[in-house]
Amino acid sequence: MSAPARSAPQDPPAGRGVASLNPVAKLAAALLIALPLVVTIDPVSAGVALVLELPLLLASGVGWRRFWLRTLPLWLAAPAAAVTIALYGQQSGDVLFSWALATVSEGSLGLGLAAALRVLAIGLPAVVLFITVDPTDLADGLAQILRLPARFVVGGLAGMRMLGLLAEDWRSLGLARRARGVADSGRLRRAAGMAFALFVLAIRRGSSLATAMESRAFGAPSPRTWARASRLGAGDVGLMAAGLAISLIALAASVSVGAFHPVFGPA
Amino acid sequence: MAGPGPSGPATLEAREWGWRYATRRAWAVREATFRIEAGERVLLLGPSGSGKSTLLQGLAGVLGGADEGEQLGAVHVDGRPAAAARGRTGLVLQDPDSQTILARVGDDVAFGCENLGIPRGEIWLRVRAALDAVGLDVALDRATSALSGGQKQRLALAGVMAMRPGALLLDEPTANLDPDGVSEVRDAVARVLDATGATLVVIEHRIGAWLPLVDRVIVLGEGGGVVADGTPAAVLEERGAELAAAGVWVPGIRAAYPPPPVAAPGPALVTGDALVVGRGRAAAGPLDLEIRAGEVLGVVGANGAGKSTLGLTVAGLLPAVGGTVAAAPQLAAGAAVAGSRWRRARRGLANRADPAAWTSAALLTRIGAVLQEPEHQILRTTVRDELEVGPRALGLAESEVTARVDDLLARLRLDRLAAANPYTLSGGEKRRLTVAAVLAARPRVVVLDEPTFGQDARTWAELVAIIAALRDGVDDRGPLAVAAITHDEAVLDALSARRFELRAAAAPAGSGGVRR
Repeated sequence: MSAPARSAPQDPPAGRGVASLNPVAKLAAALLIALPLVVTIDPVSAGVALVLELPLLLASGVGWRRFWLRTLPLWLAAPAAAVTIALYGQQSGDVLFSWALATVSEGSLGLGLAAALRVLAIGLPAVVLFITVDPTDLADGLAQILRLPARFVVGGLAGMRMLGLLAEDWRSLGLARRARGVADSGRLRRAAGMAFALFVLAIRRGSSLATAMESRAFGAPSPRTWARASRLGAGDVGLMAAGLAISLIALAASVSVGAFHPVFGPA
Repeated sequence: MAGPGPSGPATLEAREWGWRYATRRAWAVREATFRIEAGERVLLLGPSGSGKSTLLQGLAGVLGGADEGEQLGAVHVDGRPAAAARGRTGLVLQDPDSQTILARVGDDVAFGCENLGIPRGEIWLRVRAALDAVGLDVALDRATSALSGGQKQRLALAGVMAMRPGALLLDEPTANLDPDGVSEVRDAVARVLDATGATLVVIEHRIGAWLPLVDRVIVLGEGGGVVADGTPAAVLEERGAELAAAGVWVPGIRAAYPPPPVAAPGPALVTGDALVVGRGRAAAGPLDLEIRAGEVLGVVGANGAGKSTLGLTVAGLLPAVGGTVAAAPQLAAGAAVAGSRWRRARRGLANRADPAAWTSAALLTRIGAVLQEPEHQILRTTVRDELEVGPRALGLAESEVTARVDDLLARLRLDRLAAANPYTLSGGEKRRLTVAAVLAARPRVVVLDEPTFGQDARTWAELVAIIAALRDGVDDRGPLAVAAITHDEAVLDALSARRFELRAAAAPAGSGGVRR
């Protein structure tokens, strides 16, 4: 008798919009957006990219609450970067304000704005694309699409599951030390001892996991099959193309208005 | 190897087989010789240290090559070396946590099939069939971490079944489970065997549940040679007493019980009043309980009911979520409290009688706690150093430290192991060590979490005797108060414990018990 709740496992996990696409496509799209944008530091390319990313962010399938929560660090980092660079960055043009080491000029203000936009233009799509990635699906994609070695990918995936157990171990190690009368002082030394104990436990857990995996024929010489197909569909190709288009249009716009400012080029 | 190998039940054979781990000097198994015909159902018994688990791993072909250890003789599956017969045998181990490989139930069951190179369409048919066979009726995308211990063991069994092995090899598959979990797993194995006719080899100390299932018993001696082999009735009749002495729970032979309490229960030393326990959010309660001197309080309840959390709370290791824990004045007298008054008030520990407010050193001489996992509690690299931790934290004189430790080493039969590394001890020895280490500080209250987990009949009886001695008093200061968290009804009987049944909090604190 089959449980009615069993979903068809061959299908990718349910999700809306971009969230349901292949993790490998998400990874590639995030890289395609980021790589050209780190070549230049000007406000035009980052601003154009940010505008072009809006549809992607709206289609991300991430709820609003989750979106703001996960991207909060970026919203804090962007103005912080802007202020730092405006105060201490390379100066050019009219000086607007000066106090001790801090100087604000038209040039540094522009660079600060460019840095803030860049943090958002690279960070927002990356965060939005990655928070919907399931580790198992990513492993499937890495092994089947990018052809990374199965031993490495599946081993890493199984190992990641241990992290939760180790967090539980760490808590118990701390409680055990309180119970043994050695938790009142020497916090650093105690943490070092706990770290060593955790290391021993991790090795033990790792070796029994390895036995369990081997007993299920992991590492058998015959070729491995994959229970879940990981393919790049039209939507995945579209996502990667969109990523490429965003960065190319942004760069082209920046060059055409003369704002292009290569990171390693002349000031 | 995969491919069109033989199907149907497998034959298992060991010929003068021996194995020595590369890291050990002694042989784990020597001169094991037997033949198990296709479809036979075998219970493998023997004292701890007889190499049963090693033998089973040898049959499963997972011991590894020459860099892992040295092999003598041969183990064959269907006439081929076991290591080359991957997939013909399926191994299920004792610890439910270390056998779950992937995050989702369906993926975990499919894992073995993938490794064998089974085509995708066929894999999912097998996954469904295997889950049905073990009676695990959950969604394929259910998180494996949300399963109970018994469910995890059935998941491991399903993962093995999906590979369609000719032989099932089970290494104490139910030792870490509560009674419900034991029958769940045993019934699942029975169903699977009836459906496939596979050969079975099972190792288990609590053989009562398994005897109806098996038709042959093989007994290994110290060192691995076969000392008895025959039908269950014949072997148990001939060797029952000997097996019981070696730690097997032989039906009809009861493990030795300690004498009843010498005195009536004394005053309550720790009291919980409308106590709600949990880590951050409520797991159980509100409840009222008393831990009395000269009595064992037996905390029982289903998996996930919050028993361990209650134990940690009354032992002063976790703050209460609601209600109060209070030590009696004679216990709390002189206890130093940790942190400023303001900080304690913020953490809800304003009451100086609450053990959770005490310093670690104040707790040491008042309430001792032995946690579930011995390896979480090992602090030093030799048994003697481990026992000295408590006395040294109290700043006792060198002569007093030596006197206490020598006394404990002798009393808990650890003297032979004084220089050994605690991590290398057997399960029963580790458990004795953690109890001894707590006793070294002479607490008045002892809280024990699953003290007899995974023990064989011999180490079980030893631990029960130790707990009974605590209850009746180990020194001139009279009886101790003991709280024991356990699944094991026999422990409670043997200790004349007062039962305290715990039910999960009314608020949904998670779906089913995840913790053992």
